[in-house]
Amino acid sequence: MKSAALTIIEPAEEPEMDAPRPEPVQTRRPQEPAAARERTPLETLARAVLLPAITFALVLLGWTVMQAAFVPAFPDVPTVWNKAVETFSDPFYVYGPNDMGIAWQVMYSLGRVLAGFLLAVAVGIPVGFLIGANKTFEQAWLPLIAILRPVSPLAWLPIGLLVFRAVDPSAIFVIFITSIWPMILNTAAGVKAIPQDYLNVARVLNFNRREMVTKIYVPATLPYMLTGMQLSLSTAWMVIVAAEMLTGGIGIGFYIWDEWNNLSVPSIIVAIVIIGCVGILLEAGMNHIRRRYDYSAKKE
Amino acid sequence: MTRQPSILQISKLGKTFDTRSGSFEALRDVDLSIGEGEFVSIIGHSGCGKSTLLNLVAGLEAPTLGGVLLEGRLVDGPGPERAVVFQNHSLLPWLTVYGNVRLAVDKVLGGTKSSAERDAWTREMLDLVNMSAAAGKRPAEISGGMKQRVGIARALAMEPKVLLLDEPFGALDALTRAQLQDSVMDIHARLGNTVIMITHDVDEAVLLSDRIVMMSNGPAATIGEIHDVALARPRRRLELGEHADYLAARAAVMRFLTRHRTDKAA
Repeated sequence: MKSAALTIIEPAEEPEMDAPRPEPVQTRRPQEPAAARERTPLETLARAVLLPAITFALVLLGWTVMQAAFVPAFPDVPTVWNKAVETFSDPFYVYGPNDMGIAWQVMYSLGRVLAGFLLAVAVGIPVGFLIGANKTFEQAWLPLIAILRPVSPLAWLPIGLLVFRAVDPSAIFVIFITSIWPMILNTAAGVKAIPQDYLNVARVLNFNRREMVTKIYVPATLPYMLTGMQLSLSTAWMVIVAAEMLTGGIGIGFYIWDEWNNLSVPSIIVAIVIIGCVGILLEAGMNHIRRRYDYSAKKE
Repeated sequence: MTRQPSILQISKLGKTFDTRSGSFEALRDVDLSIGEGEFVSIIGHSGCGKSTLLNLVAGLEAPTLGGVLLEGRLVDGPGPERAVVFQNHSLLPWLTVYGNVRLAVDKVLGGTKSSAERDAWTREMLDLVNMSAAAGKRPAEISGGMKQRVGIARALAMEPKVLLLDEPFGALDALTRAQLQDSVMDIHARLGNTVIMITHDVDEAVLLSDRIVMMSNGPAATIGEIHDVALARPRRRLELGEHADYLAARAAVMRFLTRHRTDKAA
């Protein structure tokens, strides 16, 4: 996956220009003889399921061996499995404001991510448009962004706590800071990448400023904006875990910290797997939306 | 052929660009008068400023000297009455074929025609360029020739007083190009629009034009010669090959272009 989360990433494919693109030449590597030719759907499915299954099995095996031989304090596989069964058997329980089921923990975290993310969309996209469209604005603002962008979003948590005097808004504020840079930079890059041709079309049609924005700028930039959103969202989901460890309350991050204080390592491992799965779902959802609006992709 | 009353006058037109390495005079003293319904080709070697000339007529660039008059009014910016078919089609990739034409129709006719009328007009234009079947497709899904057809439909949909074609078939293969040339001739015969076309293809210029304007090489390019193509319409490309007027026009343009060959092209 994309690891350079805060860099500008172009949409998967450039809009096709006039010149016909050369077809990719299919060359078969000599090391791959007959077997690599074509697979039946069954073979494809078997590979898609079997290969990862082997990897998982190897990891579980390695885990078991390591645990038995070197780190007896670490829980073994059956213990974690039982914990997972226990956790998922009642995910929605509420025993008090600080003791809720795992589903609630995830949902509180997702809620904070979503709130910060939407705030960043609301601020970042207009700012990105200004920076992309206006040279003066760009020169005025880019240095500040360049300084702030590499800072770990968690560094803003104390400032959030100072300003908001509450943990929830502070966590949302951290997610807002996390999400805003890719949003600004990708939107700006998208505006700058609008071909002069589209603007000439708009000029011949005598589009006014509003039509220019709604009929040219926004649709032309949309794939870039969605790329920015995708980057923001996956980073935000990583950052919320760390932020909640510091703020406490309900949330998957603090859940991990809490279980550590309870010395319940099996719960932590279960939580890690859950965080990974939710991350995959967020990524897949954004991918789906992005592809839906990727106008350069040919329909099947 | 009898010259119609003039619709477009280009007078003393000059354009100088300020580049990093100093100023560059692209065009100097271009004078041309174009009659209503006339099909005029502008031909010249690459870099002779023919695209600059078209951009000045389109209003996409402002002249340094002189000016362009359309029906007696000074051109001071782009507008749909001088619709441009761009070299690289310039279709908006997020809109369908229909959407691209409809965008222009809505803007130009939005104030005067109802939605149903605009829909009908959009479909009529797509029909004119034989693109009705692909109305729902995106530009990425159709061929280069089809894209250019849509570009022509979009320009015609604006009901321009002058249609400007900027090397419209330059990026197409020979067969597609011939088909589109026939389509443009057919449309010109039916609608009788005034057309200015930039080209670097001699046969294309002779086949389509009433007059061929030959540009000298830059810097400070200007009109070198103008050749009237007396061939009767409708023209059939197969019958023209041996026609004396066709060969004469072709020879005249070739002679001019050879005489003005740039050193680097030779």
